[in-house]
Formats: sequence, C-alpha cells, structure tokens
Amino acid sequence: MNNLLTVEKVRVCYGELEAVRGVSLSLAAGETLGLVGESGCGKSSLGRAILALERIASGKIEFNGTVVSSLKGAALKQFRRQAQMVFQDPFGSLNPRLSVGAAIEEVLFVHGIGGSRAARRERAAALFEDVGLEPDWLSRYPHEFSGGQRQRIGIARALSLEPKLLVADEPVSALDVSVQADIIQLLKRIQRDRGLAYLFVGHDLAVVREMSNRIAVMYKGEIVETGTTDQVCDNPQHAYTQKLLSAVPDIDKAFAQ
Amino acid sequence: MTTQPEQPLVDVQSLSVHFGSVAEPVRAVDGVDFQIFSGEIVALVGESGSGKSISALALAKLVPEPAGRIVGGSVRFQSLEKQKGAGSACFQGLEVLKLKSSELRKLRGARIAYIFQEPATSLNPVFTIGWQIGEAIRLHRKGVHVKQEVEKLLTSVGLPDPARAAQAYPHELSGGMQQRAMIAMALACNPDLLVADEPTTALDVTVQKQILDLLVELRKTRGLSILLITHNLGIVANVADRVYVMNNGKIVESGDTRTVLLTPQHDYTKKLLKAVPRLHKTA
Ligand SMILES: Nc1ncnc2c1ncn2[C@@H]1O[C@H](COP(=O)(O)OP(=O)(O)OP(=O)(O)O)[C@@H](O)[C@H]1O
Ligand SMILES: Nc1ncnc2c1ncn2[C@@H]1O[C@H](COP(=O)(O)OP(=O)(O)OP(=O)(O)O)[C@@H](O)[C@H]1O
Ligand SMILES: [Mg+2]
Ligand SMILES: [Mg+2]
Repeated sequence: MNNLLTVEKVRVCYGELEAVRGVSLSLAAGETLGLVGESGCGKSSLGRAILALERIASGKIEFNGTVVSSLKGAALKQFRRQAQMVFQDPFGSLNPRLSVGAAIEEVLFVHGIGGSRAARRERAAALFEDVGLEPDWLSRYPHEFSGGQRQRIGIARALSLEPKLLVADEPVSALDVSVQADIIQLLKRIQRDRGLAYLFVGHDLAVVREMSNRIAVMYKGEIVETGTTDQVCDNPQHAYTQKLLSAVPDIDKAFAQ
Repeated sequence: MTTQPEQPLVDVQSLSVHFGSVAEPVRAVDGVDFQIFSGEIVALVGESGSGKSISALALAKLVPEPAGRIVGGSVRFQSLEKQKGAGSACFQGLEVLKLKSSELRKLRGARIAYIFQEPATSLNPVFTIGWQIGEAIRLHRKGVHVKQEVEKLLTSVGLPDPARAAQAYPHELSGGMQQRAMIAMALACNPDLLVADEPTTALDVTVQKQILDLLVELRKTRGLSILLITHNLGIVANVADRVYVMNNGKIVESGDTRTVLLTPQHDYTKKLLKAVPRLHKTA
C-alpha cells in the first residue's frame, strides 16, 4: 500500500481526558476521507495531532513514510508546507493585526516560494479569486469580513503552499449552499490537478458525501465505522451512524406532511 | 404561526449600513425592511457576505463603529411586559437607533440576546464557561440560584458533562461545545428576542436537532421570538414560520417558509434552492 498518511493507534489526552482513543486510519494521495461524528468526539484533536499541532500520548503518525513526531528543523518545516489545515474557527486562526493579503504573502515568503514580492502578491490575488473573493479586499483586516468570507480566506491560505495533504476542519460550514458548491468544485479540481489528499471533517452529511471516497465515523474518541461513501451513507452499520443519518434536516421531508 | 398580533416585536424600516469611505462606501446593508412578531421564528438566509450578520447586529445597534455607519432607517422595538407600569405608552416602542448607551446596555441581554456566528469571538478566553453564564444570570435575573441554573442551562443545550463544561475555559471545549455554551449564555438572559446567527454550524445533526427542538419549545412556552440566520435550508424548512432572502445588501424575497421554499420567485432564491446538497440523490 502506498499511503500518503498512516495513523496507527493514536491517542490524544488533555490531562485526565482521553479525547482520541487509539485511532487508526490511512489516506492515499488524491483521496478524500470524510470524518464525521458527534460534537466533541475528538475530530479536531485528531486533525491537529496529524499535523503535529497536538502532542500524541501514544501511537504513530507517518507521512510519506516518515514518522511525523520525529521531524525537526528543515524536515519539520518541509512537512508543515506539505500538510496544511483549514481550521474550524477561521477568526481564531487569522492574525488580527495583519491584512489578509500580508498574511498570505508572509506564509509564501517564509516557505521561500512565490519569487518576488510582486509575484507573491499576484499569487495571493489569484487565490482570492479562486475562493470567490475580490482581490481588492486583500488589504482588509480579518474583522472586516463576514463569517463565510473569513472561512474562505482560511481555505485560500491553506492552499497557498500547494500542500499534499489538507486537513479541512468544517471548511464550508459558514457558506451559503451556492458558494459552498463552488468551493467544493474548487477543492475537487485542485485534487484532480495535483493529487491532493483531504481529511474532510464535516457535520453536513450531504457535503461529506459529495466530497469523500471513504467515510470514517467517530464516536467518543474512537472510529466506530469506516467504509466507502456509499456503504456508510446507504447501509450504515453502527447505531450512531444510523442515528446521524436519520437526523438530517431535509427540505423535502419537512414539506411532505 | 398563522395569527400574528398587529404590532411586530421588532420593526425594521429602510435600514442601511455602510463601511469604508463616505465617497465610495461598501453598502453592506442597503435599505432593508423586516419584521419579527412575538413568538415567531423568522429565518434570514442569503449569500455569504450579503449583509445578514450586519443587519442582525443593527437590531441592538451593535454594528462595529466607527468602521461601520448606520446611515439610515429605523429599528423599533416593542415594549412588552417588562415595561408594564408604563401604561399605553409602552406601545410607542423604542427607537433603538436613537437610544443612549446606558439604555442600549439595558436592551442588550435583557431584551435581545445574541448567539454570534463565531463563538470564539464572543466567549471571553480568561473566564470559565460557568462564570460567564453565571454573570449573565446575575445581571439579568434576580433571585435565581445561579449555580443550579448554570447546570440546568448547560444540560438543556445538550452538553453531556455540564459540570465539566462549567469549569472549562473556552479553549478547552470543542467547536460545537463552545457553540452550545454560547447558546446557554444567550438563554441565560431570558430575552424577548433571540438573534441566532448560524447557531448550529459546528454541531452534528443529532445535537443540532436537540437545539432546534429547544428553541421551538422556548417559543411555545415563553413566547420567545427568534431571528435565525442560517445557510441550512433544511433547518429553515423545519423550524421557521417566515423567511427573508438577502442578496447584496437587499432583501430580494420574503414570505411564509413553505411558499418561499416551494415556489421561489426571485432568481437568487431559485439558484440557492438548486444548490442544496442532497444526501440521497432521488428526485
Ligand atoms: N485544549 C484542550 N484542553 C482540554 N480539553 C480539550 C482541549 N481541546 C479539546 N478538548 C476536549 O477534547 C474533546 C474533543 O474535542 P475536539 O475539539 O477534538 O472535538 P470535535 O470532534 O472536533 O468536536 P466539534 O465537532 O464540536 O468541533 C472535548 O471533550 C474537548 O472538550
Ligand atoms: N468592518 C468591516 N469593514 C468593511 N466591510 C465589512 C466590515 N464588516 C463587514 N463588512 C462587509 O459587509 C458585508 C456584509 O457582511 P455580513 O457579515 O453582514 O455578511 P453575512 O451575510 O453575514 O455573510 P456570511 O454568511 O458569510 O456570514 C460583507 O461584504 C463584508 O465584507
Ligand atoms: Mg472540532
Ligand atoms: Mg454572517
């Protein structure tokens, strides 16, 4: 198996609390694994652990065949470039004192890509356009955007380094369905072009279905069910998955009575 | 709801909010009218960046100043039982946009409570969740046993371990737990109007259902009015009485939920409905 990412029996603990309890999963280049589950079951903790943003209590995470926890210096920096995250809380993940354009340009500069200052600026503008924002707005600060606009800035920034792995934590939850559809198409196009792999965390099961090749269902820190997207959505095995699927608020059902 | 009292709880007329320079303003809200009646759940839907959150903030004059300017319109808030002794004068209503800051402070929390779109921006990182909710109770409701009420509220929003949540600092909670803590904080004030800006985006559908059931219940038992901003048209279909559709700072369509969602008139509403992702590809 040629996996880009392998997660083996990973545990994440906060003091007494064991948030992630021995999770194993794998992800190939160009593949999307959807991760769904109860609020508070450990999805974000797992996502951060994969990107070495959270210490793991035990277990092993391998990226491209190297153990992530052993990375240091230049190798760690290289990993940070290749594995990016769209954070669940867009506001908290943006520096309030930097214009969003400067923030993206800085990320490019730190990783020595984008060439000259003008080229970096151009690249930031192109990314902005990709996510449906006006390049004119690059000089604005994070608080000057709407919630959904900020979420798209987080996506643009994460994509700016052309990563190989993107952990996308609820990346489209603040978008209206029309913009959401555009962003999903964008993510899929980039995946086709560059073989990018996604760990796609989401609560909207229809969106997760649209994005994913496989789905993993997490419950109380453990993965309780995995399968192809169709298997999990059409023939759920675990009681929690069944409960999840039956609770989706639906327009057609609401007006059927 | 089919029967509406004559006077809306909130009556917004020709509201306009601008950002940026006076010469070339960004017209975030551009002449918007809407009403919310007592005990009604009204949904505000529309494009990302169309002005929903800013309109909602204007209801309590919370538009970020000086960057944002309310350049026109009125927001009338009907005084209900909380201003009893005032006799018929109470039907004059309050012109929110003209209130002094001390009066505004009374309005916020006591009459209008907010569930903000991004919990992290409105929960204070240096206080525990329990303390913050307790503070809202202490400020707005005399004679209530604070600690008990905090636990009750945290339980009602579906937090599995309310005692732990009460002792936690915001960063120690998951995204969806923070969102529920904020809902509990808003309800702690016992408001007449709850403005819920994307209140369930970070929640899985089972908890989401629990929260929506709670809101519908509060509307029934307490006559709570709710302005619900959401991108989830499935939620709108399930809980809202009426809906307003916003695009580009303007309300482009409104009506009772069934009519708007089943027979949309405006192109933008049609586009929106067509883009709804379906879990099961039938139809
Ligand atoms: N920094 C922290 N300190 C202490 N506890 C934490 C911390 N971060 C998360 N937790 C706890 O770990 C558990 C899992 O949280 P996590 O954020 O991973 O959940 P999640 O699945 O992403 O939930 P959501 O869908 O609500 O975002 C929760 O009980 C949470 O309170
Ligand atoms: N401080 C600010 N300075 C300049 N423009 C702003 C500011 N705050 C908001 N805006 C702009 O006002 C418009 C309306 O914003 P608002 O937050 O009301 O949108 P929204 O409908 O809530 O969108 P979303 O669904 O993405 O949350 C947006 O185009 C936004 O960029
Ligand atoms: Mg999370
Ligand atoms: Mg908003």
